[in-house]
Amino acid sequence: MSHSHDLDDPGLRAAALEALLVEKGLISTDAIDAVVEHYERDLGPRHGARVVARAWTDSDYRARLLADGTAAVAELGIGGLELNTLVAVENTPELHNMVVCTLCSCYPWPLLGLPPKWYKDPAYRARAVAEPRAVLREFGLVLPQETAIRVWDSTSEVRYLVLPMRPDGTEGATEGELAALVTRDSMVGTGLPAAPAGVAT
Amino acid sequence: MSADGVGTLDGDRATALPRSNGELLFETPWQSRMFGATVALQRRGALDVEEFRAELIEEIQTWQRSHDPADEGWAYYERWQAALERVLAQRGLVATTELDARAAALARAWSHGH
Repeated sequence: MSHSHDLDDPGLRAAALEALLVEKGLISTDAIDAVVEHYERDLGPRHGARVVARAWTDSDYRARLLADGTAAVAELGIGGLELNTLVAVENTPELHNMVVCTLCSCYPWPLLGLPPKWYKDPAYRARAVAEPRAVLREFGLVLPQETAIRVWDSTSEVRYLVLPMRPDGTEGATEGELAALVTRDSMVGTGLPAAPAGVAT
Repeated sequence: MSADGVGTLDGDRATALPRSNGELLFETPWQSRMFGATVALQRRGALDVEEFRAELIEEIQTWQRSHDPADEGWAYYERWQAALERVLAQRGLVATTELDARAAALARAWSHGH
């Protein structure tokens, strides 16, 4: 094939950088594989969903989660350096919380995995603060006018988890059944939990 | 992206958990390599989390100052990679000239090899 590779191709530059890092003994290919596999396979919103379902079914746990999020998720084996301090914020009929990182892409990785593309986009990062109600409407979430919206700006030190309201019609549901209703977006505040089967939304 | 800038905000409100990361985390393999390399370097103490984040913020701000928020050229992991390159250069671990040379050599090799 005759075409030459474009030097601006980020994939080419990334391959060159990885090769140099490995040759210099700074990291191994296996170490990179291990990180990627961990994030792709082991982490994800199901961990956050477990926390939310526990808080919905155990009022003592809910109180501990709201008082000290980091300690409460550690009870369920979730934490580590990449979480830093976790603050859980509770939605009520009067107040809806949503989370953004205006400067870059801080996100509670151990609870939710890596952030979705829109969370990192300049449009979301700027508009979530400036016009949260309009942004939520674009997500398909129309809140009553009397519900206030509070936007939390993540930092390297503090990450936020939204504790959504438990859906109606879930009386008697098990913790596992409840966890299955918790969506990623409901824990970022750009969505609501799914409705249980048989309950109209 | 649509003219209002958030046409691509695609919530997963209809999709219930749990699922094992059914969503695409990385759009291309190189993005996952750069993410993995950064975290691996941090874990072994060759990079500082705060130092990297400061560079990432700087890269993002610089891009945003010269582009419209809805600009389709936005590529998060390109900013990430640029930040990683800067931190490595500042630490004297990988010089920019060295990386440029290796990328050029690789470009030649790939052109011949494929």
